[in-house]
Amino acid sequence: MSNILECQSLVKKYGLKTALSGIDLKIEPGHITGLLGPNGSGKSTLIKLINGLLVPDSGSIKINGLTPGIETKKIVSYLPERTYLDNASKVKDIIVFFEDFYDNFNKEKAYDMLSHLNINPNDRLKTMSKGTKEKVQLILVMSRDAELYCLDEPIAGVDPAARDYILNTIISNYNENASIIISTHLISDIENILDDIVFIADGKVKLKSTVDDIRFKEGKSVDALFREVFKC
Amino acid sequence: MTWNLNSDRPIYSQLIDKLKMDIISGVYNPGDKIPSVRELAADASVNPNTMQKALAELERDGLVFSQRTSGRFITEDKNMIKNVKNQLAIEQITEFFERMNQLGYKKEETIKLIESALRGKENE
Repeated sequence: MSNILECQSLVKKYGLKTALSGIDLKIEPGHITGLLGPNGSGKSTLIKLINGLLVPDSGSIKINGLTPGIETKKIVSYLPERTYLDNASKVKDIIVFFEDFYDNFNKEKAYDMLSHLNINPNDRLKTMSKGTKEKVQLILVMSRDAELYCLDEPIAGVDPAARDYILNTIISNYNENASIIISTHLISDIENILDDIVFIADGKVKLKSTVDDIRFKEGKSVDALFREVFKC
Repeated sequence: MTWNLNSDRPIYSQLIDKLKMDIISGVYNPGDKIPSVRELAADASVNPNTMQKALAELERDGLVFSQRTSGRFITEDKNMIKNVKNQLAIEQITEFFERMNQLGYKKEETIKLIESALRGKENE
């Protein structure tokens, strides 16, 4: 079985600034991976490369064996760190849009999650709080039957109760062969749902491990290890 | 049902302990069907793969067995459950004596203390 994501000596520069300086990374299908690193370490750059929003300067990146493009966008569901949705639209109109746009969008799933989180499909985005907008966006992304979900800071603006619901939605909704990559700073909140973690620093992979291996070897949580490794 | 997972031990071993506890304390009875991996994982808010790993270990120990199409069940062997219970009790006692030792009590002193503490309770 091929890896859902494979990066080899992946380099990305913004002008003179190097964002990624040789990333080697493999992610197996069916795993939930936490992409962790301090601010400016290259997490979002990597996620943008996965989604074909950026192209590498050198090295290679493959999704299911393919270079990011139209075919990979069909199987990758992406939650960007900033919203791209039209603020004046109603939620139900965006759902029609998504259904039209993606073959694998499941409308029933979206409406079900909206009602659980008490979001009215007739509301316009601009009338919603920051956290509610984030919920809508995450619902749209998780309602696709994708093979790889890329979530860039998915729960940052959401209250703790909704966070629990969202994490439960993530673990109970994705299918067993799908993979999830979550970039976040809220490590302790998501630690229990991760299989693997990848620490990124200065554009390089500093550590890849399973959560339980870290706890077993270090006797501490991933959150505690992160604070130690990246101590300022 | 609360899982109360702490942050410094491997998650799967905490899941095993919790499931064992539920079997010993009768939350699940011998022969009971247990919820699916997905349901248990959602309930504990953990990764389904980790829950799967915990259940696989319980299965290796024989506390749980799976029937190909109908799911997982608690063993019907009551002796085995009793053994696990005894084993856990001994672990707890050993741990307790160790802690008392750290406080400076020898075994005999600890036992005396336990007896007087129990008597104190009865007199209440």
